Amino acid sequence: MSVNNTQVKHIAQLANIPVTEEESVKLAEAFTETLIVVDRLKKAGANKTAITHQVTGFKNILRDDVVKPEQSFTQEEALANAKSTYNGFFVVPYVLQNKDN
Amino acid sequence: MPYKLVCGLEIHAEVKTNSKMFCSCKNDPFGAEKPNIYTCPVCLGMPGGLPVANRKAIELTIKLGLALNCQINLFSKFDRKNYFYPDLAKGYQISQFDIPFCHDGYIDTSEGRVGIHRIHLEEDTAKLSHQEIDLDGDGELEKVTLVDFNRSSVPLIEIVTEPDIKSATQAKEYGQKLRQIMRYLDIADCDMEKGGMRLEANISLRKESRTELPDYKVECKNINSFKFLEAAIKFEIDRQTEILQNGSTPIQETRGYNPSTGKTFSQRSKEDAADYRYFPDPDLPPIEFTQAEIDTIKNKIGELPDAKSVRFTKEYNLNEKSAKDLTINRTESVFFEEVLSLAKNESLECQKVINSLLNKKIEFSFEEKAADVLARFKTATTSDTVDTKELQITIDKVLSANQDAVDKYKAGKTAVAGFLIGQVMKELGKKVDIAIVREQLVASLS
Amino acid sequence: MKLNELTLKESIDALDKKEVKIEEIYEDLDQVYQAKNKDLNIYLSVNKEALNEAKKASQKPLRGLPIAVKDNFCTIGLPTTASSNVLDGFMPAYESTVTKKLKENGGVIFGKTNMDAWAHGSSTETSDFGRTLNPRNIEHLPGGSSGGSAAAIAADMSIAAIGSETAGSIRQPAAWCGTVGFKPSYGRVSRFGVVSMASSTDSPGPLTKTVEDACLLLNAFAGPDERDATCNVEKSPDFTSFIGQSIKGMKIGVVYQDVKEIGETNQKLLQELNILKELGAEVEIVKAMDPHHAIGVYTVVQRAEVSSNLARYDGIRYGKDRSFFGEEGKKRIMLGTYTLTKGHADQYYNLAQKVRTLYLENYKELFKKYDILVSPTSPSYAKKIGASLDAAMFGELEDMLLEPSSITGLPGINVPFYRDETSNLYLGASFVAPMWKEESIIKVADAFEKNTKWNSWRNK
Repeated sequence: MSVNNTQVKHIAQLANIPVTEEESVKLAEAFTETLIVVDRLKKAGANKTAITHQVTGFKNILRDDVVKPEQSFTQEEALANAKSTYNGFFVVPYVLQNKDN
Repeated sequence: MPYKLVCGLEIHAEVKTNSKMFCSCKNDPFGAEKPNIYTCPVCLGMPGGLPVANRKAIELTIKLGLALNCQINLFSKFDRKNYFYPDLAKGYQISQFDIPFCHDGYIDTSEGRVGIHRIHLEEDTAKLSHQEIDLDGDGELEKVTLVDFNRSSVPLIEIVTEPDIKSATQAKEYGQKLRQIMRYLDIADCDMEKGGMRLEANISLRKESRTELPDYKVECKNINSFKFLEAAIKFEIDRQTEILQNGSTPIQETRGYNPSTGKTFSQRSKEDAADYRYFPDPDLPPIEFTQAEIDTIKNKIGELPDAKSVRFTKEYNLNEKSAKDLTINRTESVFFEEVLSLAKNESLECQKVINSLLNKKIEFSFEEKAADVLARFKTATTSDTVDTKELQITIDKVLSANQDAVDKYKAGKTAVAGFLIGQVMKELGKKVDIAIVREQLVASLS
Repeated sequence: MKLNELTLKESIDALDKKEVKIEEIYEDLDQVYQAKNKDLNIYLSVNKEALNEAKKASQKPLRGLPIAVKDNFCTIGLPTTASSNVLDGFMPAYESTVTKKLKENGGVIFGKTNMDAWAHGSSTETSDFGRTLNPRNIEHLPGGSSGGSAAAIAADMSIAAIGSETAGSIRQPAAWCGTVGFKPSYGRVSRFGVVSMASSTDSPGPLTKTVEDACLLLNAFAGPDERDATCNVEKSPDFTSFIGQSIKGMKIGVVYQDVKEIGETNQKLLQELNILKELGAEVEIVKAMDPHHAIGVYTVVQRAEVSSNLARYDGIRYGKDRSFFGEEGKKRIMLGTYTLTKGHADQYYNLAQKVRTLYLENYKELFKKYDILVSPTSPSYAKKIGASLDAAMFGELEDMLLEPSSITGLPGINVPFYRDETSNLYLGASFVAPMWKEESIIKVADAFEKNTKWNSWRNK
């Protein structure tokens, strides 16, 4: 499996990572190198094996519907590390409302 | 029309819980006095914030599914839907991908059955608003987007129908029925103006003679009333008919609806269809219910509006229209049933009683006792005579003895008139025409 | 002897017997910090209030003793950067559950330690704030990603330390720095407030001078947490109660991977394991599943989870924007993104999760017969500085022997078992037990440590 730098640029877009032309070539090489190692998984004989997402086997770890104000931030704490704020809001460059939902 | 509508709805509703979906912050985005006061590391997407799912929100989702005749997946899980937007704190939304809590249900409308494809639970995003502000203090305004995370991670139910909807009016009826059921079950307030319930319609047309689904669909988003939903679908039917009649196919795209023009408009084409890279959220263990647990939830549902209205027609001999009107809202339906059952006990004609209530011939409020309301009905319908003088004396007497009520009336609480009328009738000891009493009482009060 | 060279247990005992004062410990520690930190680059920030906090904690289990904390644990009052420019200057208004419990039990954060940026690596060379050097031999790397915490112990620049492991990040730097590093079962310790790397394997744990010290720390911060749904809801045991127990009759399997690069280490370990036989344990060589597949599983699962976990760093609510990610971070985020895209998820992400099941099944079989498995922690000694920089799979290969137990969530520990006279570098033994069976690890590792001559604090 090899990856070219056009694919890398598409992935960069999905991952929201700015990548230069030069970087994309280098990344394509690194990806290919890594995927060669990963491709060996096909030989592990696991095609019909069940999938494991979590190793603990835990189920139904849920919370009761209780508000815990001590776990919440004040407005000042919420905004303290932000680059730009205005009247208690975070500020971002203008975008269209509601991309999804 | 040579074409038939093919339409499915995707409806989101914010779930009525105390706390948010995955953290213990308050779920009250509309009541919050300031932006960003109900946030924490989890719903602000800060490093190391971990989600823990709200049991109540899950139970309410299953309750809705059962009320809508759905199958329940005993085993379910949450997945991450990955995309970037400033309203999405974590860069992914926790949602459900391949195993929603509920699937394959339906709602019956007067124009036929609308299949429910799936119901799943996810988290809401932050609220964006757009303003021109002088951010850097240079005196010049710049257009920016403001973000408020009070809404971030509020539980959100999504109900997706099959493409079964055949007309704009059916879409509206389906939506109204769904809202009614969610309110009956106290699952959601469905305040559409504030965004507590959001409508999306997938609209396409097919030739009368065809049965397969069209090869395109237009998604109409951000519709915030049933009236607009109906209008948007009608507009789309006309727009798409014209395109099809010209021999082309409408573009697969997302469109918005502008209430002031009554038209839909293109927002973005689906060409750049997103790749959400769904995968099971490793922070959240899966959920597994037993059938017994599902049955317990089912037993809590109680009677739903359709069933209740059918029962009302049978039990109290009401016409369908009245029975429907009485069962719109759960608390009101309980009140009406008290009146009805008393009326039935006294062998009164229930339809007549209800007519006089719904026509407002008999004034009443839902805070009153059913017996008092029924008493007024009886008085009004069997009347003695009374002369104006005698009536005025009685009214004066009642008014001076009930200064409190008089004050309330003058402060604008006109509903107390009902109480005062009742007192006058009692004092008179006669069954006089209530309209006469009302007229003279109101005159005395003003 | 300088007081900063005391183990945690020795410090507690000495304080209780009033042989030393807490101020004296901090004084000696400060001296070594002043003398060496600039060169070794172990701490990114230090707690100026440490001594004041220590004085108030004298009655609590950890007696106000100084603990080094990896810089991916969120701490109120100290910056938390995960050694990345993206989080440079980030001041969390919340405390990780681990550091919160640590403080409640009288631990004092001495400072925050350097690491591979975002814990992506096994060298501490990928830190955006410069590499950390191995105190045992400064021409070599400390390993990683908890390299700063391991080095803090090796340099006696803390009494004990905390790190986190996703696949080897506690045990491998412990091996390279000649310290103990204990990765508990996944879910034994809360991940709340720890900068997430791969959520399904991240496990916080102690790096210490002895096995007993590790147990003292675990007692302070392991256990249930309502803010982490993957954390075990059952109370954890008193880990120190397994110290000094007999290992007679215990069955120990030596996982012998016949790989050229491990040859010398395998031989030395086999020889040293005779100690366990002499203590009455049954020791025999076993064949386990090829660890190479675990590299593939880990690479895919870790990068997939990373691509999603690091999506929150957009520079809006805190931190800097995504252009500030370093090369390694970018690489991992993008590769993870790729393995989850339509058309590739089955081939990579889903397949990896299936092979993960094979490892779980393999361990299940092995643990039917053995109480504990042992192998070298790392193929060989600490590598020279610069070694990680041009190898795309450096960490994965260095952590090859640990990855099977990482992807299956099993508990494991590193205990030093050999020191090379010329280089002053160490080799470490890795003990792995079934899920939630830290008990077996502690018994065997403690007995082993007490009977080897390679613990530099026990054999001063």
